[in-house]
Amino acid sequence: MPSTLLWAVDVYGRVYSLSTAGQQWEQCRDAHLEFKRVTAALQCCWGIACDHNIYLCVHASEVPIRFREETYENQRWNPVDGFSDRLLPSDRWQWSDVTGLQHQLLDSFQPPSENWEWEADWYVDENFGGEPTEKGGWTYAIDFPATYTKDKKWNSCVRRRRWVRYRRYKSQDTWAKIPSEQTGSLPDPFNDISCGGWELTEEPRGRISLWAVSLQGRVWFRDGINHFNPEGSVWEEVSTPGEVVQISCGPADLLWGVLWEGHFLVREGISRDCPKGTTWVVVESPSPEAGAIHVAVGVNVVWAVTKDHKVWFRRGVNSHNPCGSGWIGMVGEMVMINVGLNDQVWGISCEDRAVHFRQGVTVSELSGKAWKAVSVPRDTERSHSSTSASSLQSAGCFFGGEVRLQSQDSETEKAATEGMPPSSEADEAPKKRIPKVTSDSFISELVSDREGQIGQRALTQAASIPEEESTEGDTEGKDKAVTNVLLSSSQSGQLDPQWSNVDLEEAQTHPTMGTGGDAADTCSLSSVATYNLGMEEPYGPDDHPLWAWVSGGGCCIDSHSQLPWFNSTGLASSMQAMSLSITPAQTAAWRKQIFEQLSERSKREMENFKHYEQAIEQSVWVKKGSMQWWRDWKPHKWLDVQFALEQFSGAEGNKDGILFIYYTFNDEKKYLHAFINEVTILVPVLNDSKHTFAIYTPERTKQRWPIRLAAATELEMYDWLALLSVSCCDSRGIQGPPSKQAIWSVTCKGDIFVSEPTPGLEASPYPTPCDQMFWRQVGGHLRIVECNSLGVVWGIGYDHTAWVHTGGYGGGFFQGLASSTDNIYTQTDVKSVYIYENQRWNPVTGYTNRGLPTDRYMWSDASGLQECTKSNTKPPSPHWTWVSDWVIDYGVPGGTDREGWQYAADFPASYHGHKTLKDFVRRRRWARKCKLTTTGPWQEVPPIPLSDVTILPCGPKTTVEQVPLWAISNKGDVLCRLGVSSLTPAGTSWLHVGTDQPFKSISIGGVYQVWAIARDGSAFYRGAVSSQNPAGDCWYHIPSPAAQKLKQVSVGRTSVYAVDENGNLWYRHGVTPSYPQGSSWEHISNNVRKVSVGPLDQVWIIADKVQGSHSLSCGTVCRRLGVQPLEPKGQSWDYGIGGGWDHITVRGNALEAPRIRMPSLTNTGNSRMTPHGSQPTEMNSNTVGC
Amino acid sequence: MADDKDVLRDVWFGRIPACFTLYPDEVTEREAEPFYLLLPRVSYLTLVTDKVKKHFLKVVKAEDVEEMWFEYEGTPLKWHYPIGVLFDLHASNTALPWNITVHFKHFPDRDLLRCSSSAVIEAHFMSTIKEADAFKHKGQVINDMQKKDHKQLWMGLQNDKFDQFWAMNRKLMEYPTEEGGFRYIPFRIYQTLSDRPFIQKLFRPVSSEGHALTLGDLLKEMFPAAICQDDDPKKYQVVIHGIEPLFETPIQWLSEHLSHPDNFLHICIVPAPSD
Repeated sequence: MPSTLLWAVDVYGRVYSLSTAGQQWEQCRDAHLEFKRVTAALQCCWGIACDHNIYLCVHASEVPIRFREETYENQRWNPVDGFSDRLLPSDRWQWSDVTGLQHQLLDSFQPPSENWEWEADWYVDENFGGEPTEKGGWTYAIDFPATYTKDKKWNSCVRRRRWVRYRRYKSQDTWAKIPSEQTGSLPDPFNDISCGGWELTEEPRGRISLWAVSLQGRVWFRDGINHFNPEGSVWEEVSTPGEVVQISCGPADLLWGVLWEGHFLVREGISRDCPKGTTWVVVESPSPEAGAIHVAVGVNVVWAVTKDHKVWFRRGVNSHNPCGSGWIGMVGEMVMINVGLNDQVWGISCEDRAVHFRQGVTVSELSGKAWKAVSVPRDTERSHSSTSASSLQSAGCFFGGEVRLQSQDSETEKAATEGMPPSSEADEAPKKRIPKVTSDSFISELVSDREGQIGQRALTQAASIPEEESTEGDTEGKDKAVTNVLLSSSQSGQLDPQWSNVDLEEAQTHPTMGTGGDAADTCSLSSVATYNLGMEEPYGPDDHPLWAWVSGGGCCIDSHSQLPWFNSTGLASSMQAMSLSITPAQTAAWRKQIFEQLSERSKREMENFKHYEQAIEQSVWVKKGSMQWWRDWKPHKWLDVQFALEQFSGAEGNKDGILFIYYTFNDEKKYLHAFINEVTILVPVLNDSKHTFAIYTPERTKQRWPIRLAAATELEMYDWLALLSVSCCDSRGIQGPPSKQAIWSVTCKGDIFVSEPTPGLEASPYPTPCDQMFWRQVGGHLRIVECNSLGVVWGIGYDHTAWVHTGGYGGGFFQGLASSTDNIYTQTDVKSVYIYENQRWNPVTGYTNRGLPTDRYMWSDASGLQECTKSNTKPPSPHWTWVSDWVIDYGVPGGTDREGWQYAADFPASYHGHKTLKDFVRRRRWARKCKLTTTGPWQEVPPIPLSDVTILPCGPKTTVEQVPLWAISNKGDVLCRLGVSSLTPAGTSWLHVGTDQPFKSISIGGVYQVWAIARDGSAFYRGAVSSQNPAGDCWYHIPSPAAQKLKQVSVGRTSVYAVDENGNLWYRHGVTPSYPQGSSWEHISNNVRKVSVGPLDQVWIIADKVQGSHSLSCGTVCRRLGVQPLEPKGQSWDYGIGGGWDHITVRGNALEAPRIRMPSLTNTGNSRMTPHGSQPTEMNSNTVGC
Repeated sequence: MADDKDVLRDVWFGRIPACFTLYPDEVTEREAEPFYLLLPRVSYLTLVTDKVKKHFLKVVKAEDVEEMWFEYEGTPLKWHYPIGVLFDLHASNTALPWNITVHFKHFPDRDLLRCSSSAVIEAHFMSTIKEADAFKHKGQVINDMQKKDHKQLWMGLQNDKFDQFWAMNRKLMEYPTEEGGFRYIPFRIYQTLSDRPFIQKLFRPVSSEGHALTLGDLLKEMFPAAICQDDDPKKYQVVIHGIEPLFETPIQWLSEHLSHPDNFLHICIVPAPSD
């Protein structure tokens, strides 16, 4: 879920925002202005700057804000000229609006402010009521005004056509001044603003009421603010019975103001038809001695502050009674209060000027329980521009081309790095080399998102970083020292702190010395920043920010939200990275002591007495229930059955059980059973109508025909699933979190499954068949999951949010014992549901929604087989809820026209984005977002949304201090994560690796070979990546297989496999240490959707269309058989769980099977195999040195 | 890193090796062999000693058999205390196995409750659970449960089914997050040398200022002598489930993890061994 923002202004006028997922205040990008007020909504934030102008910051969204301007060209027929622009004197203007009353020349249109830009030039709209017109879009009529038709008739005396032009709002994610000329001749500047009213009505979309108060105490209402007009159009004065000093507008129909005398004004009559309201009512101040100075309203609450800083809560406020009934004094002294979404409350305390959050505000207890100070650090002033890069909205935009200046420098840098004597590198083990910018078009740049938090740790590391380029080091003054990559600086200890978090803007503006060194300066500065050396001092107690204003109107918190804002103390920032694995409670001495003593006790009291008889004999435990079963024979249908699970102690003390399904067939009672220890997976299959789940055994996997059961309610289904899951795990002796070797997979529903590999799984020549693998579910919802054998596991949600595995297990419907206590967090995901609007052209009416009888539904799914209308389409399962309305999707592959249509000759065919003569049908895609909230052992890695991720596959006993992790952002940027280790799997910051075009897939191999696929389908190899040079130096283009566009790549220890868009699996031939790019692609298989190559070069895929004995499955996990060091391509496929699988990663499984010595093969096979088997590794380890 | 869940398992599966011997004065037909058994710490003596009874009935004259009762070094063992409590209270710091003497005559009605069937134990167990929930949730959780849920708790204990028991018991361990713990902590403090059976009072897990209270806070209020001064030699051991948690352990955590199945935190205060 995209996190939301709390906005605040400090006493110096600096604007900060704090993400609900974040742990530090981030100063607002390009807030070079000082502000005195901010008021936020979800989609934007308004502010009054100290220049008394009003500014608006609209958060960037995927879909641009576009507005269509239109004007009409009118013509009249006369016998001499035919149709011409000579009209009768009584006629309308030649260029007019649709009514003809307004004169509107094309040139007369200007963007309403400098925050808009034209998208293209004017063009004639050839659509007329959904039908195409001929001859330049003219429509004809007898006279103005009349009914227009698209056909010229004998009596058509006039004609007109419509010209349209789009303009786009461009000032997103930045403070845009609301033009003062629009504010008219305001006599006095604004003093307070408040926005709200978005819950009044959904039409027009994004409507906001903005109220303002001027210095002279007059109240103004901004008219016409909505999604397509974020700035609004005009200020309208609203007369008041007195001078207003402050105003607060709630999300719905509440509006309160504070009068100069200390009483309140309450607006009545606000409704969807009348957002300005009708009348004012005066409400007395809560305290006769001290007048009110501040008021804050929500949907059903009013809070106020009086001159003595006392806080008051108004009882009985609601839509029908906006005045409420009485005041209640609250604890705490505040200077101001703000009410945000869900009536959550923030305040700025009088005593220390800290932002406080009101805890415990629920629907039933609107006044909440207690104030709690938000204690998170700020990013520092000096790092503000790089932090803004990490703020949610601007995450991607920061990778700009601003840093072209390094080009000439690259050669010298390279020379410098290459010139390093290798011996000195070998000396120090924990050594790091700062990545250098080595190619002019491929520029590394910092994108750090956790500046403050690594300070402490980085500081200690700084000392161990070896000095590089020391020859130039201390001699050339401070500025030069900085360019010399931090070491000289950290040693001298007198580094100007402003350099520690250098961002590019600063680097550019900083006066540089000398001429030749200029470029080098900035270049290495950006490199310095990549390591976050943490020169900044930790926040001391006297460094508390002093806040002046807070606004929670754009901050979505409900009573269940867990906010990360409260636990961090001044020095806790360095602990942050650790918290993923270990919480403070877990490290507490008392806890450790209890664990130790318990195990001591067990030893003392039980170890020597194991031969004693147990007092209680184990017995059978049975759970029964009613369910429906999808019967195995035709005609398939749901059958009412009795379901029972019998549990008992197995032979060796482990638990076991049997599942029974009792059914009646032809009046005969029968049953079906399955042993719990044979069950390989339980898959929940939620849909609209039934709460079903599937049970697989190896046999059922071969048949592609699971036992499918449906429970009466969702709750019942999850009860059974949790119980069955625990029994299955018990019978196999599996408990606790997934191991580091675990194989992870994701279904097309986003469910996550994990399997513990046995040593025999990759045994050769007789591996454990993969239909015998046992999979258990882990809570959460992901589209992609990737791991390595050090236990670093990352996932990417459907909404591209990056997640890191916390080391826990369970979550979701696994409650209680099947779930870890700690390390379970709320996880949300958002995805779009698509439906298609289909139209057919006919000569009479043009494109209409009347199709041929044989056509698809006019509203359908992508295949056209299912009717999907806007109203009947439901979210994919009850877990999903709609969070947006239907909107036209312009981002469809193949492109669309301006209204989102795609054209084709007929259904179904390939669609293109413009109309041609041969096109008779068209369709457009509508999207609607839905959201799921669940829990699982995952924590968000803000802020950059990702589309792919890969982690270095390690050998069984490798110890890597920094685990290389590469990713592709959803904009196609290549990123390299720094600071990833088994203890800090989330890492610390991103390093951007430049590319010429957007990428879509990436994979890193066992010896740091990085392969990637660009959006155009070609492959790239990244040169010179090593543990010392984590970002490598440049890309080598690798042509794709003939006429194929690659879409995904996976690199194991040495093998490189790729999948193309037509489902072909390719093996890269000729990869050698000296020529790691390889020579050619060799076709291995078709029907492949995804491939995962592991650290043993084992090859696993998701295959389409696997035929079982009962059914066919799409999305099946398969493993390549016969893969051996000398035969990396393997021989055949072994089929595992499926269908419905979407992703698998075997990159954690480095469990090499004990070699089986086949007696007959000993002489030939083994003697040949062993020396060669180890060779590739050796040879490849040389690659690192190259 | 071990999980808190493991504590629950360790507590549940705690076993005390015991050696049952027949009281020498009992009239036997032939010599009675001692009987060795692993006793679950969280269960009740009379619930798990059917085998003991069967064993000794083979040698005791049928006409001499009254209700079976147990005694350790002269102290009759109260079956309605959990076995672990009896052991920690009377026999901690002694050599294992725990030597228990079995009697079939002279039932000490002044010291012990009679236990004619397991239904009596069940009634006792369920009423203790209800009492505990009255402390924790004003009894709301246990009262909201159905009869079969109560049965599941009891059957879980009776048959030593950890999963079965905890599937239900976890509901009794829930509390609103904003409160930071139960309403009151159900606890009982036992001492060897006292006329009172045990100390049981109201005690909240969170102080009025909002911070979590600890085992030390509880003892300070209930049994200050257990907290020794800096230089004094340690006079008492505070034992729960055979271990001595640190005084800074949050009482709420203890209540959630180290309570017996009856949902009470049973704390034994025994004299520290003199060596």
